[in-house]
Amino acid sequence: MPPILEVKELKKNYGDFAAVKGVTFDIQEGEIFSLLGPNGAGKTTTISMLSTLYAPTAGDATITGHSVTRDPMAVRGVIGVVPQDIALYEDLTARENLLFWGQMYGLSGKALASRVDEVLEQIGLTDKAKNRVKTYSGGMKRRVNIGVGLLHKPRVLFMDEPTVGIDPQSRRAILDTVKDLNKKGMTVLYTTHYMEEAQELSDRVGIIDHGELIALGTQQELTRQVGQTETLILHLGENDDPEALAKSLDGVKDVLEAIATDHEVSVIAHEAEDVLAAVVTKANERGIKIHSIDIREPNLEAVFLHLTGRALRD
Amino acid sequence: MLKTFLIGLKDLRLVFRDRAALVFMLLAPFLLTVGMGFVTGRFSGTSASGLSDIPVIIVNLDKAELGDALVDAFNSEDLAELVAPSLSSDPEAARKLIDEDEAAAAVIIPEGFTESVIPAAGTMLDPNAAEADPVSIEVYVNPARPTSAGVIKAIVDEFVSRVDEGRMSGMTSVFQMLMTGIITPQQVESEGRALFEDLETTDSAALKLKTNDEGAQATEFDVLAYMAPGMALLFLMYTVSYGGRSILAERAQGTLPRLLVSPTSPAQILGGKVFGIFLTGVAQVGILILASAMFFGVQWGDPLGMTALILAAVFGATGWGLLITAFARNPNQVSSIGTAIMLIFGVLGGSFINLEVMPPSIQFVSKITPNAWALDGFTTLALGGGLAQLTEPIIALLIMGATLFVVSALIFGKKNLVQK
Ligand SMILES: Nc1ncnc2c1ncn2[C@@H]1O[C@H](COP(=O)(O)OP(=O)(O)OP(=O)(O)O)[C@@H](O)[C@H]1O
Ligand SMILES: [Mg+2]
Repeated sequence: MPPILEVKELKKNYGDFAAVKGVTFDIQEGEIFSLLGPNGAGKTTTISMLSTLYAPTAGDATITGHSVTRDPMAVRGVIGVVPQDIALYEDLTARENLLFWGQMYGLSGKALASRVDEVLEQIGLTDKAKNRVKTYSGGMKRRVNIGVGLLHKPRVLFMDEPTVGIDPQSRRAILDTVKDLNKKGMTVLYTTHYMEEAQELSDRVGIIDHGELIALGTQQELTRQVGQTETLILHLGENDDPEALAKSLDGVKDVLEAIATDHEVSVIAHEAEDVLAAVVTKANERGIKIHSIDIREPNLEAVFLHLTGRALRD
Repeated sequence: MLKTFLIGLKDLRLVFRDRAALVFMLLAPFLLTVGMGFVTGRFSGTSASGLSDIPVIIVNLDKAELGDALVDAFNSEDLAELVAPSLSSDPEAARKLIDEDEAAAAVIIPEGFTESVIPAAGTMLDPNAAEADPVSIEVYVNPARPTSAGVIKAIVDEFVSRVDEGRMSGMTSVFQMLMTGIITPQQVESEGRALFEDLETTDSAALKLKTNDEGAQATEFDVLAYMAPGMALLFLMYTVSYGGRSILAERAQGTLPRLLVSPTSPAQILGGKVFGIFLTGVAQVGILILASAMFFGVQWGDPLGMTALILAAVFGATGWGLLITAFARNPNQVSSIGTAIMLIFGVLGGSFINLEVMPPSIQFVSKITPNAWALDGFTTLALGGGLAQLTEPIIALLIMGATLFVVSALIFGKKNLVQK
């Protein structure tokens, strides 16, 4: 079966600045595909081109066989878009928003009304449907924002960082919704800078950084790239200097890499046990107090760290 | 087409949810109209107009009782503030002075006017003589001063209808009295006069005013008939820039990009936004005009002409709203440019000060504002004109709107509406 979405050498320049530098990947029908990348990596720009909002500077993509550059109208009919920034009419109620957006997708009459009820149920806002969106919490707005993208039962759903800035409970609900939609057959392109989300949801992941796709594959395929390693995450106190500790760990026997982030130092080694003693000693020497230590199996964070030398979250 | 309509309706609904906008669109113009009503004494029943010392030339060729009575009326205490009459004996010279914009109107009372209304004693015996056409008073108006001229017409009209009323009732009863033999023919004339002197005005219209202004007969000129639309038009400019602002606001709040990735064409979307502005403007002016009729009893006359005028005025104003939006970079710029234009157009277009008292150069420049054209139309309506008399302002407003639409579309086309 041909992929439902095929991206070929997609590029986007803003003036002189290349935001997306020739990205190629495809998504099979029924997959959840995540684009994982830090702020400014080019995730939204990529989604904007795929959803026909921006014309690509070069390259093309097809969705269900329709080219985003040559037949944008056909593409718009099969995709659902959940933008990163909430795009709703705050002075309308949730129901009014859904009704309006449903009309824009060609729904009307009874079919529209019953579809709106279904979606309200799905996003858990049936009770609050008559309140204006501006009275909602961030999490509730996010859910309506998602609901709008679901109204016309799109074959492919684009979700651009749908969980940014909300409480853990709402995030949980959203992730469950995504899985649920996928179970019912919807293909999902999901962007995030949370490693955990990509890990939990995706069949395959593309890691994007500075407008380039630096890794692509299933989670297993990706973590294999890092080799057989473990990551020790050292949580330090507020006043301790992670940079200093990371430096002192460079060159210590069996330490492959030591990287400082906010109040944390990530130490990569083949076996965590081999370096644990050395790490604690170095910290003590510098009078740095380690609050706690996590040992992680190879994960996407480690892949990103390995490929870029930076943490996903800055 | 359907989506265009739905987007417009959505915008109208949003306006009615925005309390601040409603204050500007409806409350402010309403309260200002009330304020103007008090300032001009509309509610205290004194002077009936914001205008004063309207220059009028009276040519009394009649030189009999009725002609003199009309001249006296113009010179009366009651009208002293409102009009500044001057007398002339040459109708041609008087008309020429009007053409040269020296006065608002010339009132020409023809020779034999009194005679034609109240025939000399004896002729009344023949009932057929009463059917003879009375001689008409002519009001030669200055089209450059429609309001002032309207006031003059209203005064003459009032006079004529009183005379007319007296004539009709006087005639029949005098004739009846003759028939029943109660009075002798010699008494008829004085009897008839006595009758019409204390009669009330009614709608009888056997006596016609002759005028060069097609704007039918005036009944009464109400200053609020000028103030209410003046204020509505002033704040109509607020409404259209509010609407234009919403185009850029939708871009900033992400709903415009979201519309663009739905199966809706850019033309449908922009069309919907424009339709929304138009709809809001029509609702606003319509409500204000209705309110002025309901609360202040302003008589608007011809509803068809009124509807056509409102649609045309809002169309012209919408063009300006789009042009402002096309030039602005962000929603706030639309608001500030919009407010400036609203005030400039308010002054230029006669919303604050009647254009007639402005120098001709300003009157000329005022033609770029929808306010001036529409106000002209509203004045015509209030003076009893109908759709037929509104052709000029309506066509001007339509041309204005269409031109601005095209220019704005060209500017929008060159800009990228999507990327900020
Ligand atoms: N309209 C624009 N004009 C100029 N530069 C832009 C524009 N939009 C994005 N950029 C730049 O392009 C790069 C990629 O931006 P993009 O929004 O695609 O990143 P992202 O991965 O979605 O980031 P985030 O996680 O912050 O949403 C960034 O450096 C951004 O500053
Ligand atoms: Mg983004």
